[in-house]
Amino acid sequence: MNLFNTIAVGMKEVWAHKFRSLLTMLGIILGVASLVGMSALIKGMENGMKEAMIAMGGADKVLLEQQEVPSWQEHLAPQAPGRTMADVIALRHSAPLLRLVSPEMAVNDVILSRGEKRTWPSECVGVWPAVLEMNLHTLAHGRFFTDLDEEQANPVCVIGTGIRDDLFGSPEDLGREIIPIGETILINSQPFTIVGMFERYEGEEDRRQRELAAQRKNEPQVGPQRQRGWGRRGNWAFWRKNQTVYMPLNTAWIRFRAAGDRDGIPDPRLTDIDLKVAKLELLEPALQQARNVLMLTHRGIEDFGFRTQENQLDNINQQIRNARLSGGLIAGISLLVGGIGIMNIMLASINERIREIGICKAVGATGPAIFTQILVESAVIALVGAAMGVVASYGFVQVLAQMSPSANAPVITPLALVVGVAFSLVVGVVAGLFPAFKAARLNPIQALRYE
Amino acid sequence: MALVEVRNVSKIYHLGGEEIRALDNVSLDIEAGEFISIIGPSGSGKSTLMHILGCLDTPTKGTISLDGVMIQGASPRQLAAIRNQKIGFVFQFFNLLPKLNVVQNVELPMIYAGCSARERRERALEALEAVGLANRSKHRPSQLSGGQQQRVAIARALVNRPRIVFADEPTGNLDSHTGEAILALFRQLSTQGRTIVLVTHDPEIAAVTPRRIEIRDGKIAAKVDLTLAGLDRSPRSGPAAGAAP
Repeated sequence: MNLFNTIAVGMKEVWAHKFRSLLTMLGIILGVASLVGMSALIKGMENGMKEAMIAMGGADKVLLEQQEVPSWQEHLAPQAPGRTMADVIALRHSAPLLRLVSPEMAVNDVILSRGEKRTWPSECVGVWPAVLEMNLHTLAHGRFFTDLDEEQANPVCVIGTGIRDDLFGSPEDLGREIIPIGETILINSQPFTIVGMFERYEGEEDRRQRELAAQRKNEPQVGPQRQRGWGRRGNWAFWRKNQTVYMPLNTAWIRFRAAGDRDGIPDPRLTDIDLKVAKLELLEPALQQARNVLMLTHRGIEDFGFRTQENQLDNINQQIRNARLSGGLIAGISLLVGGIGIMNIMLASINERIREIGICKAVGATGPAIFTQILVESAVIALVGAAMGVVASYGFVQVLAQMSPSANAPVITPLALVVGVAFSLVVGVVAGLFPAFKAARLNPIQALRYE
Repeated sequence: MALVEVRNVSKIYHLGGEEIRALDNVSLDIEAGEFISIIGPSGSGKSTLMHILGCLDTPTKGTISLDGVMIQGASPRQLAAIRNQKIGFVFQFFNLLPKLNVVQNVELPMIYAGCSARERRERALEALEAVGLANRSKHRPSQLSGGQQQRVAIARALVNRPRIVFADEPTGNLDSHTGEAILALFRQLSTQGRTIVLVTHDPEIAAVTPRRIEIRDGKIAAKVDLTLAGLDRSPRSGPAAGAAP
C-alpha cells in the first residue's frame, strides 16, 4: 500500500466526517493563526524599532561621550579638557579606521520664529557636512553648507520639514508644499537664511496613514480650527529628525557660544562628537585607535567614553527574543491543545472502526499498514487544519493591524507560515501515534467480533 | 503432502485461573481442491479451529502447515502476509466496509498485496463477474441485498487467488432461498478446483460437502467421508454439479 494511496484514503476518511473533522481542526487552525499572528506582530515591532534606530543614525554610529574621570585621576578633573575641535582634528588625521568624524555644537534653549509663528526645534546644532552621512540625512531641496559658510560663519541654516510645517504651514493644511529656500527666519532673534531642507522622514506605516489621510482630504473640518492635543502621531524618532535645525559649526560658535557662558569665558567644548567606523567588524580596533589618539589630546586624562549602537541593537534583539519566546509559548500551547483534540477524535474514530480494522486485518493488512493509515489520517487533519489556519491568519493579522500602534504594523513572514505548518504536522503525527499504535495492536478475531 | 496438515493442535485459554481447552489435540488433513465442512454446535471449538486454520490465531500446542509453510510461531506480520496471499474469508455478517463501494471492497486485499491500481480494478471486476455482480460494482454495500453482499464478500475472498477459502456460517444471516443460492455458488467454485472450508452448526448445510468433520468439546467427534464410501456427492461427479448455475 503506497503512501499516495494511504493519503487518499485518509482524505476520504476526513471528508466522510466533515463537521467532526472541522471541529477537530479548529484547534490547529487557531493555533496556527495565533502563531503566525504573534510572529507577525513581533516582526512589526522589530521593524518599528529598527526603523527608529536607522532614523537615529544606524548601527555603525558611535557616540564619543563625556565621562567622569576615573577615581585615580580625580585630582586631575579640573584640568579635563572635554571634547573639543582639537580632538576632531586629531581623530581626522590620526585615526584612519574612522570613516567619519562629525563634531556638533548645540545651541540650547532655542526659539525659532517667523512673524507671528514660533516653534521649538528638537535640536539646533552647528555641524560639519559630515553630519549628513552620520545621521543619515537626505537633502531634498537647496544645498548644504559650503566651506565658505563655515569659514565666514554665515547665518545660514538647513531645516527639517517639521520646522517648515510649523513656521510656514504643512502641505496637508495648505494643499501645496512650501519650499522656503531663501526665506529668513529668526533663531533666538538672529536672522538666518534657509539654504536647504531635508526630505520628510517617516516610517512605512506613517507614510501609509498620511497618504490615506490625503485621499480623505475633502472632509470638511467641523468647528473651529484646532489641533488634536499634544500627542505626536507616528514614530518619535522620525518626529525628532524632522524637527532638526542645522547651521555651520563656526556660526554656532561665533554667534551663540563665543559670547561666553562659563564665568564670561567662552566654552570651546563640543556637545557631541559622533564617529563612524570604516567597517563594523573593525569596531574594536577602531575604538582602540580613537582612544589612543584622544589619550594624547587629553593629556592622559580619560574623561571620555564610547557608546555604540551595539547596545541598542542588543536591546532590540533581546526584547524581540523575549516577545518571541512568550508569544511562541502561548501559540505552542494552543497548538498542543489542538493536538490533544486530534488524539481524542482519532481514539474515538478507531473505536467506532474496530470492526473495519478487523476486516482489513483479516484480508491481510499488517499492523504497520494499519499504523500508517491512522497516522496519515491524523497528519491529514493537522495539515488541512494548518492550511486553513494559514488562511485564517491573514484575516487575523488584518484585525491585529487595526488594533496595534500604527508604527508597528504586523508583517506576516514566510518563516512563520512554514514553522506554523511544520509544527502542526509534528503535532498531528505525535497525536496520531498512540491511536495508531492502539489500532495496529488490535487482535483481528476480537476486532471482527466487536459490535 | 496435503494442503493443510494439522497435527495435535490444542488451543488453551486461561480464564480466571481456570483452563479452557477450546481445541484439544486435533489432527486433520485438507487436500487441495476439497470441499469440506466443519460442523459443531456453538462453543464446540469449530470457530477456534477455523481461526487457527485461517492464520487469524496461533495454536498453543501442535503444528500446522499450510501450503508447505509452518505457521505456528510465525510473527503477526508473516501471518498477515499468509492471510493476504493464501487465504480468503467469507463471514456470516459479510463484513464489507460500508464507506467503500462494491468494487473498492473487492480491491481491498489487493491494496495490501501492493498491486497496481489498474491490475486491482481488472481483477476485482473479474471476481465480481464470477459471482454475477459485475453490474453492481459502483453500488454501496448498503444498497445491496444480503445475498448480494455475501457474493461481494465471496468475490473479495477470491480476488487474490487464495489457496483456500474459509466460509464461517456464510448462510447464517440469509433466508433459506438466498442461502441455497450462496451454497450453490460455493459448489460451483469447488468444481473450478477451489479448496473451500465451510464452517457451520447446521447439519443440513454441511450435507452439501462430501467430507464433514464434526467437532464437539474441542475434539474431533466424527469424520464423515463420502468419497471413501463411494457415495461421493462431490460436485465434480455428483448430480449436484448439474444443479449448480
